[in-house]
Amino acid sequence: MTVVSEAMPPSAAMKIREATVRRFALTDTIFRTATRFSAILVLLILGGVAVSLFAGSWQALSTFGFSFLTTESWNPVTEKFGALAPIYGTIITSAIAILIAVPIGIGIAVFLTELCPRPLRRPIGIAVELLAGIPSIIYGIWGLFVFAPFLQTTVQPFVIDLFKGIPGLSNLFAGPPYGIGMLTSALILAIMVLPFITSISKDVFDTVPSVLKESAYGIGCTTWEVTRRVVIPYTRVGIMGGVMLGLGRALGETMAVTFVIGNAHRISASLFAPGTTISATIANEFTEADGELYTSSLVALGLILFVITLVILAIARYMLMRIDARTGA
Amino acid sequence: MSTAESLHQSRKRKNAVMMTLCVAAAGIGLAWLALILGALLYKGVSGLSLSVFTEMTPPPGEAGGLLNAIAGSLIMTIIAVVVGTPIGVLAGTYMAEYGRFSKLTTIVRFINDILLSAPSIIVGLFVYELLVRPMGHFSAIAGAFALAILVIPVVVRTTEDMLTLVPNSLREAGTAIGAPRWIVIKSVAYRAALSGIVTGILLAIARISGETAPLLFTALNNQFWSGNLNAPMASLPVTIFQFALSPYEEWQQLAWTGALIITLTVLGLSIFARSLTGRREDR
Repeated sequence: MTVVSEAMPPSAAMKIREATVRRFALTDTIFRTATRFSAILVLLILGGVAVSLFAGSWQALSTFGFSFLTTESWNPVTEKFGALAPIYGTIITSAIAILIAVPIGIGIAVFLTELCPRPLRRPIGIAVELLAGIPSIIYGIWGLFVFAPFLQTTVQPFVIDLFKGIPGLSNLFAGPPYGIGMLTSALILAIMVLPFITSISKDVFDTVPSVLKESAYGIGCTTWEVTRRVVIPYTRVGIMGGVMLGLGRALGETMAVTFVIGNAHRISASLFAPGTTISATIANEFTEADGELYTSSLVALGLILFVITLVILAIARYMLMRIDARTGA
Repeated sequence: MSTAESLHQSRKRKNAVMMTLCVAAAGIGLAWLALILGALLYKGVSGLSLSVFTEMTPPPGEAGGLLNAIAGSLIMTIIAVVVGTPIGVLAGTYMAEYGRFSKLTTIVRFINDILLSAPSIIVGLFVYELLVRPMGHFSAIAGAFALAILVIPVVVRTTEDMLTLVPNSLREAGTAIGAPRWIVIKSVAYRAALSGIVTGILLAIARISGETAPLLFTALNNQFWSGNLNAPMASLPVTIFQFALSPYEEWQQLAWTGALIITLTVLGLSIFARSLTGRREDR
């Protein structure tokens, strides 16, 4: 930068100042445009994902039409592809995972906010969040080599015996104990989404005004009653948001499920039977898919997964935004 | 009196039961973490030796290491961070500084949060359609590009959050002495939010270094050493995937060792990242 000295004539000083101001303004414009462009790029990525998936799956969708969604058969030899089995597997495994993870996750959040001694709060909170940091493939290898054999030799034979002869349940828990299968995947997914549900529940529990809780304690409520009647009703929307976020994760989870689901394209009543999910099918078959229609069908599966998770995640974010708006106001 | 007494007792009992269940839930959570880490250490450490870091991935049935996989992971991670970070930081800057109250920011924040939790395998498919199919072959650059797409939302999110936390009085002080907006952002806001932004970048690295799904059909795999960005490249997660599902004992052992290396790296990174900004929560 040029120093404007007093020896300079006033007009020259003015010129230098104007030039500097112009240069500053120009740099500012460039910088602002760059940041704005980057922000728009984020939108373009999501748009690009949607467009490319749609383009890639066009061949499969135009060949099979709506029946793609309702056909169970998946046959690369005759090139007949239907997405029903993967869709079924995805929804069932995620639903079971959420059913297991929600009570445990909320339980941990209650423990962390109401019961845990202060010095332990942070370490335990971090430990649970570390579960979220462990890469998906680690859950997969652990599930395949440690968890599935354990289920196969101890839990599954016991459960099969237990429900033998009971109508309904005996079908749900039938068949030889493979170890791997739908239920194993669901259990692993439950562990994986647990930290998301826990940390969001914990965060929204912290937004409850102390005065509400204190007045409930003041009239003699127990900790459980405060949690059940004050904290949970106040944070219901936020918890639902967290659950939906966990559901979004579970639906799209790939590697862990690929290891333990068994990759069988059929719909079985038994939860012990191997099945498949959308993401596991793509991960297992994509690089081996020969033929345009096969690849296109796999991309179509991806499109279905994209649409499902997009809707779920959008609802989750909307709910969490509502609770943010309330605490912000 | 006795009914009130018994109601009191039953409420206390119910409370005790529910609170015990909550403690049990926390116990379950911690137990899973211990079980997984324990199994990883038990199975992974026995295969840990210098040759893991100095030798290439072996053909089936032979001893070897993971050198090319580790190198491939490092190369693609670095490219992804170098490409993704500036875009993420700039987008976050727009949202917190220039366009804090604009409509665009609200939309971008919403979309970014969706990208943040979108399935990574979808990103893999996207990059396949965008780069691999037109180029006609798998390549390291496509893998790095897929990882970069995963970096961006993490960095955008933390950058925006951290810049929003910078007090406005600091910016006003900068503006009051005549500094234009970009200098205020560069010399005041960035400096105040630096540790937070770095945390975001570290968390992004932690996230992508374990990602497998987006690499499966972008970078594919390579059994040999390759520095060619235009060719398939090995990566640690994909190698683990391939080796773990193989019937060969040596490969499975290498998969466990690789899993241990990845987990320690990722957990180390995320603990370090948290320690940079973690103090704030203790207030």
